[in-house]
Order: sequence, then structure tokens, then C-alpha cells
Amino acid sequence: MPKLRSLVAALVVTVLTVTALPSLALAKDRFTLAVSIYAGWMPWYYAKDHGILKKWADRYKITIDVVEMDYIPSVEAYVAGKVDAGVMTNMEALAMPAKSGIDTTVVIVGDYSNGNDALLVRGIPDVKGLKGTEVYLVELSVSHYLLARALEMHGVKESELKVVNTSDSDIAPAFIANKNQKAVVTWNPMVMSIEQTPGVSRIFDSSKIPGEVLDLLVVNTKVLNDDPRFADALVGAWYEVMSLMSQRGPEADKAMTAMAQRSNASLSEYKAQLRTTAMFWTPEGASDYVRGSEIKEKMDFVRNFCFKYGLFGENARSVDIVGISYPDGTIQGDSRNVKLRYDTHFVDKAKTGQLRQN
Amino acid sequence: MRSFFRTDAQPSVVATSLLSILLFGLLIGAYLAGSYYRHQENPQDKVMPTVSEMLDGMKRAAFEPDRNGDLRLWVDTFASARRFGIAIGVVLLAIPLGVGMGLFPYVEAVFYRFIVFFDKIPALSVLPILFIIFGLDELSKIALIVIGVFPTVALEAHLRAKSIPREQIHKAQTLGASEHEIAYRIIMPQIFPKMLDTIRLNLKAVMLLLIAGESLAATVGLGYRIFVVRRYVAMDIIIPYVLWMTGLLFLTDWFIQWVIRRRYVWVDK
Repeated sequence: MPKLRSLVAALVVTVLTVTALPSLALAKDRFTLAVSIYAGWMPWYYAKDHGILKKWADRYKITIDVVEMDYIPSVEAYVAGKVDAGVMTNMEALAMPAKSGIDTTVVIVGDYSNGNDALLVRGIPDVKGLKGTEVYLVELSVSHYLLARALEMHGVKESELKVVNTSDSDIAPAFIANKNQKAVVTWNPMVMSIEQTPGVSRIFDSSKIPGEVLDLLVVNTKVLNDDPRFADALVGAWYEVMSLMSQRGPEADKAMTAMAQRSNASLSEYKAQLRTTAMFWTPEGASDYVRGSEIKEKMDFVRNFCFKYGLFGENARSVDIVGISYPDGTIQGDSRNVKLRYDTHFVDKAKTGQLRQN
Repeated sequence: MRSFFRTDAQPSVVATSLLSILLFGLLIGAYLAGSYYRHQENPQDKVMPTVSEMLDGMKRAAFEPDRNGDLRLWVDTFASARRFGIAIGVVLLAIPLGVGMGLFPYVEAVFYRFIVFFDKIPALSVLPILFIIFGLDELSKIALIVIGVFPTVALEAHLRAKSIPREQIHKAQTLGASEHEIAYRIIMPQIFPKMLDTIRLNLKAVMLLLIAGESLAATVGLGYRIFVVRRYVAMDIIIPYVLWMTGLLFLTDWFIQWVIRRRYVWVDK
């Protein structure tokens, strides 16, 4: 059966080549950024749609592809190495790529949630009153973190209530339609639509834990070390949009209208969402925050939550298994396994005008 | 080798068994190779866990209590099996309905067109409406499966009842059978084993709809677990869970075939 044997051999070779291919590193000029819809990330859509990102990519003689995805699939694509950069919160950056051994650099801290995530209830006076109720939320998401922090601050145990995992795509319509649901934790724009329902009130939100839920742009550290042009171009484009948005006037409104449309909201709704989003409008603001001591305390809350809820893997022995490094050289956790790096190198270039201007 | 592409080829027992495992071997080999390379590059890779990592994940799921003190695998399997079982129970009712439509013109007039239309609604796309009507509890998950599979089974029963030779019915009438007896003592028993086959072939759709329902709102269940642990790329749990579900489904399929063979020996004879 020589023919059969060669057929089998050919098949084996094909399969091996196909599986081995992605690991061949090629010198590249083409980079991919994955984005998803959130008030603080809409500037990326604007930068893409209005040629700002292309302008900056051209300055650095590279090509940047932007793929629009749902949030969790976009983080998964980043973890799998299919995209070079992505937008995510500090919690997912730690629990998904960093924990999975993908060395990840935080290039831009764009904002922190300052009310965008909220615990909404029907007829429950305060957090203590949640005992014995069903709380609807996306389990192990920032919403779950917010609930855990609220409970912790009010001395309630999670085992005293019942958490029901609910997809973010259904959580708002289901809660609005069903008056038997008493408590829900979610983020904007869902918070907005639920709050417009009569009888619903807000008893806790992320403005009570400012700076803990950070919205980031992260880049694969290996890609970054091979070629810093990608991060330079991203930072350049980002702060160009930031400065456009932070000036008052018709230009800023025009840009924000475009962003609102992309997130399926009206301009006033989008502005309302931005009010509960503490944006770092300038490279100075972002750089100062990342260099400060506050961020370390906040990250400590987040990494402890990740450990306690099994996000570091259920067999993780300690909260210290993943190392987090800061610009001043301090390291939280395992110094031999630093996988999440807060960096101000690129933002500082924007601050001091070292990015290419043409 | 000359006989490789002949319709009257007679592969030996050894050749048959080797060729049957060929694709399984390739798939597993490709996975192991991929997992190996990814771990060479990044020892902490979670996307393609090694066999020992998956065994460990499965062990934790099956034998070690989690944060809430549950042995997850069993709790999840039980919850999903319950939903599955109830849904299949309701879907079985589609058989008498289909037979009724096939035999009684008035029943057909009432139901047939509606069910043909209803069958074409992709159940998943109306899920938000189901949640609003049936809430986020068990009912909506079962309703989703029933809406997805019930019409298919009813239409199949209708077709099969129609295809029974008219002469049989006349014969039964001359022997004094009541209309009810004709439908449910003569026609239905004849098509029942075939209908079990139809349900068997729809098991995958049932499972798919079950997972979809569980992924959207639940506190327990196989589909629920897969979607929650996705939040930390726990493929070491997800892959064993998928294999476990596949195995259970395979066993269910095999069990139905066994029932058909045992109980309805006359089928296809």
C-alpha cells in the first residue's frame, strides 16, 4: 500500500506545517489592533474612521489594521496572539493575557470608570438589603468585581445572596421587563437604559471606588520590543483625538457625534456617559497617574479579587503568581514572572513632543 | 491498492479499524503538536492546554468543591440533563400531534400551516423575547429548545403518517376500529421508532439550544460553566467539558438506537 502510506505522510506534513506556521516570527510592518465598543474606547473608532490612525501609521511607515469585535472575543484574540494590541480593563489584562503568560505592556491608561459601572435595584434601600436576593450580572467581569467591593465595604458575604450569570446583551431588556428581578450590576450604556425605568435606583457605583477599574490600551510586549513604531503611532493618534475632544466647540461636538453614532447613542447620551468616565485627556495626566502610588494600591485590590475568585487559575497557590511592574521599577507579585507592565515611555514621548510630526 | 476506489472493495478487518482511527489520530496528533509548540514558546499558555493540564482541570471540576462548595461537574451535568430531559419529554408530544395532522383533515387545517411557518423561525434570534415572556429561569431555556425542535418533529410525524398506505386505514375501518384507534393504535406505533430516530438526529440541535440558553442566563449548567470560565481563558476546563458533553450525547444517541433495536425488532424487516 505505498500510495496510501504517502497519502498519510502528506497529510501529517500538512497538518504539522499548518499548526507550526503561526509560531514563525516574521519581521513585519503590519500590525493589528482589536477594539470593542465602550464609551472610553470610542475615540479609537473615530481615529480609524477619520484617517487619524492612518496618518500616524504613515508617519511611522507601518500599516495598522483595526478589527472591531465583541469585548471578550477581542481579548481572546489578543491572548491567542492573533492581534498585537487590544483595549481592555486592568482586570481582564491581568486575568486573561498576563495570567496566560502573554507578556503585556500597558501603553495608554485611557480612563477610569467613575460611575459607568453601577449596582441598580428595585426597592432595596442599601447594599445590606441585598441579602437573600438574586443579583443579575456577568460573572467574573468588572461588574462582579464592583459587587464584591460593595459587599466588602458593607460587611456582607457573597454567599448571603445569589449571583445569576446573565449575558450583557440581554441583561438590560430582561431586567427592565421583569419586575421580579430586584438587583442588577452592569455598565454603560446598559446602566443608562435601566435607570430610565421607573422604580429603579442606584445604590453603588464605580465612583465609590475611583481608579480601580482602568480602561487600557495594551500591546504585546514582544511586538513592542521588536518594533516600537506601532506603539508610537497608536499613542500619537490617541492624543490627537483626545485634544480634539477636550476643546469645547463645534469641532469637538462633531467628533463626539460620530463616536456616539458608532456606539448607537445620541450625542447627549454619549456626553452623559463621558461624565461618568474619568478620561485622562492629556499624556501628562496619564503619565502622572501611572507614576503615582495610588495605582499600586488599586491594582492590589484587583489582583486579590482575581486570586480569590479563581481568575488566576483554580490551582494558583498565591496572589503573587503574576508579576506587575511599574515605571519606578517596583514589582507587585512574582518578580521572575512579570507579565503586566505599566509603562510611560510612549506616553512621555507624546508629553515631551518626541513623536514624529510628519 | 488496486481496489482502493472500487465499490465492491472488501477491506480487511485490520485495514478497516486502522482507517477508522486515522482521522481521530490526525486530529489528536495535530492538537498535541500545536499544544507542544505553544508551550515551548510560552510555558503558561492557556489556549491549548496539555493533556495533563486538562486531566488536572477535570479532576478539580469533578472531585474538588469550588468557591461555593459544589462539585461542579456533577451539579452542572445534573442541571443540564434535567433541562434536556424535560425538553425532550415535551418534544415527544410532537409525535401524536403530527399523527393527528396527518390523519384528521380538520386538525391539519388548524395546525399544519402554522407549524410550517413556526418551524422557519430561528429560535435563537427571538431569545430576548423569550426571556421577557418566560423570565430568566428554567422555563425560558426549555422553551427555547421546544421552539427550536418541536415543529421539526411534528412535521416529520405528519409526513410519515401521510405516507402510510390508505388501504391499511380502510382495512381497519372494515374491522371496526374507531377513528381514535386508527390514529393511535395503528398508525402511531408504526411510525414511532422512525420518530425516535428523528429525535436522535435532532439531539445536536437540542444541545446547541440548551448551551445557548445556559450561556445567556444561569447559575449552573454545562453551557453556563463553559461561558463563565471563558473569562479567564480556562481551556483546561472547557475542552474536557466539551469532550464530556460529546460523550454524553454520544451515549444518549447510542441508547436510543439500542431501544429501537430492542423494542422494535420489526423495523426495516
